[in-house]
Amino acid sequence: MSPKSAPLSSRIFTWQFAFFLLIACCATFFIVKRFIFGIGSVANMNNGYPFGIWIALDVVVGTALGCGGYAMALLVYVANRGQYHPLVRPALMASAFGYSLAGLSVVFDIGRYWQMYNMFLPQYMNLNSVMLEVGLCIATYTTVLWIEFAPTFLERFGLKAPLKTLSKMLFIFIALGVLLPTMHQSSMGTLMIIAGYKLSPLWQTTWLPLLFLFSALCMGYAIVIFEGVLSQTGFKRPSEAPMLAKISRVMNWCLGLFIGLRFFDLFTRDAFGLAFTGTTQANLFLLENGLLLAAFILLLSPALCKKPAIHFLGGCFVLAGSGLFRFNTYITGFDPLTGHTYFPAASEITITLGIVAIEIMAYLIFVKTLPVLPSIGKEPHKI
Amino acid sequence: MRERDIITQRLGISRRDFMKFCSATAVAMGLDASFAPQIAQAITAARRPPVIWLHGQECTGCTETLLRPSHPTLDHLILDLISLDYHETLCAGGGHQAEQVMHQSIKENEGKFILVIEGAVPVKDGGVYCQVGGKPFVDTVREIGPKAAAVIAIGSCASWGGIQAAAPNPTGATGVPAILKEQTVVTIPGCPPNAQNFLSTVIYFLTFNKLPALDSKNRPLFAYGRLIHENCERRPHFDAGRFAGAFGDAGHRLGYCLFKLGCKGPVTHANCPIQLFCEVGSGAWPVGTGHPCFGCTEEGVGFNTPLFTQAKITIPTPAATPPPITTEQESQVTPLATTLTGAAVGVAVGAAMMAGKKATSEDEE
Repeated sequence: MSPKSAPLSSRIFTWQFAFFLLIACCATFFIVKRFIFGIGSVANMNNGYPFGIWIALDVVVGTALGCGGYAMALLVYVANRGQYHPLVRPALMASAFGYSLAGLSVVFDIGRYWQMYNMFLPQYMNLNSVMLEVGLCIATYTTVLWIEFAPTFLERFGLKAPLKTLSKMLFIFIALGVLLPTMHQSSMGTLMIIAGYKLSPLWQTTWLPLLFLFSALCMGYAIVIFEGVLSQTGFKRPSEAPMLAKISRVMNWCLGLFIGLRFFDLFTRDAFGLAFTGTTQANLFLLENGLLLAAFILLLSPALCKKPAIHFLGGCFVLAGSGLFRFNTYITGFDPLTGHTYFPAASEITITLGIVAIEIMAYLIFVKTLPVLPSIGKEPHKI
Repeated sequence: MRERDIITQRLGISRRDFMKFCSATAVAMGLDASFAPQIAQAITAARRPPVIWLHGQECTGCTETLLRPSHPTLDHLILDLISLDYHETLCAGGGHQAEQVMHQSIKENEGKFILVIEGAVPVKDGGVYCQVGGKPFVDTVREIGPKAAAVIAIGSCASWGGIQAAAPNPTGATGVPAILKEQTVVTIPGCPPNAQNFLSTVIYFLTFNKLPALDSKNRPLFAYGRLIHENCERRPHFDAGRFAGAFGDAGHRLGYCLFKLGCKGPVTHANCPIQLFCEVGSGAWPVGTGHPCFGCTEEGVGFNTPLFTQAKITIPTPAATPPPITTEQESQVTPLATTLTGAAVGVAVGAAMMAGKKATSEDEE
């Protein structure tokens, strides 16, 4: 049985909140502009780069950041490690935000957004399309996440009967919640296999689906550690360091497998030499793998892992390195060979920042009004 | 003599060409290409089903179109795959002799032959406006129809009356389905219809001994299941709001959408944009040549709605002024964009470092 969760009783509107609200308002302006005047009026995407940062950051990196729920569900329910249960609910909430906002970004990114509903009509489905798999799977998983998170609302508003019914059926959604991300996170890798020679050999490999799955798991654990430490320092809560330290060990296993497969693949394909050609792509590759290797070495020693600064730093390195791996696969490692170049426009970046701001604001509102974080039995300080 | 030699000799084509035709026919009907052997077997069966082909009020365009396709073997096939016992345009004999052959064939093959009717059936004044062999055509249809294994109405005239039935319809022209109400009459409308759609329907019947799936107007779904608008090669222009405003204007010369010139593609069901005509490659269909579709396969549209009247679109359409979906390649890296990127990365790294420091210091306390 999980320990009780409780809402934090601190003020919602703080100066940090106002800062995020400002960014969100700017983003909203550009979002409205995009819907009236088209993508071209706010973004620099072009015929060579049909994917911009809205897909690469908000969806591909964003859903990986939202894999906390998936990674924790694997650990708690599949590997049956019940002691981590208190971390499941915050992780689920972050996942629900991450996925919902990724879905929202897709709406901005679809040129003819008014035809989007066709994706859900069986008679129009192209069952050979990997994009359809990703789209439908993410849409389904977002729904599943909110259902998994629903007990929080039901508890808050004291709806006991629906809570009881849902608890009986929840195992179905938990099972789906483990299955679906396994499907679409690997399919995101498959998507870029289709890019063929346009993707640099440093990233182009038939192992991309498995690499994307591992990177999603690593980032899932990393975000749990990251948010755990931040909510501890930000809300002045008791330290969850021992539990986070153990999760960092689990993460390091995933990370080791990821790095092992990544380099095995690079060496067997004779592609590793490209890393030292001094191009932007090569340097970003070195940065990406440098961050991941640094995290791996940092977290090798179980004793060092116990220090919050170390597992926090490791988590940050994994988030940056693994996020960069995904970003490079979608944007910087990609060259359409048509002479097109891509750098996001200021308005395009603002929209992405706005999405992040909305996510943070929603997190703050939720933890302060709903029983998300584990109860600590005393009045927490205000921040 | 081996079977394939017999086919080769009879059809005057190689076995390879013959199997290619069978696969193409299967695919045109929406079947898997693996049905080709079954189709080949049906086509080469020793006993070929007799076909009686009647002409009513029409221009013989449907027969013409059937002989048109440039595929080298299609005319061989239509003559060899079926036993065409009676066809007024193609009969070698004439007059009483031809009539006699028809009645003899019907007597011998009752319940086994395929009846194809081309042209409308006039019913006004006892049907006196179209007589063949001294007999009103409507009586002939009523007499022979019930004896056939399957009735196919080819062309718009046979399907619902076509141009003859256009107002004021002086002869009371009607389609075959309205005459043979007791039976299922497959309609292959079009003016002229695509020969491939007719052939595919016949071959489907020969292969599976039943009619293909039909829509509410008895048109085979494989050919008439979708609107022309849905698969039109000019559809992207429609979606982007690029229209030809008049014949010969800039938009028309650039191949823009013909909707504003009265194209009936949005209300007409047919596979024209996919199947095209006469097997001569892309562009060989009305819209491809720059003329709006006039809706010949759709009852109530073709010969009914004026040519240049705009069609009423009932399927979901984009907003009246859709936002542009193309992006101009502008100056890429702006100072503001780089500043924002730098600031965002800086804030993230800074916040993470502060949080890390805080976590360490609290841990040490």
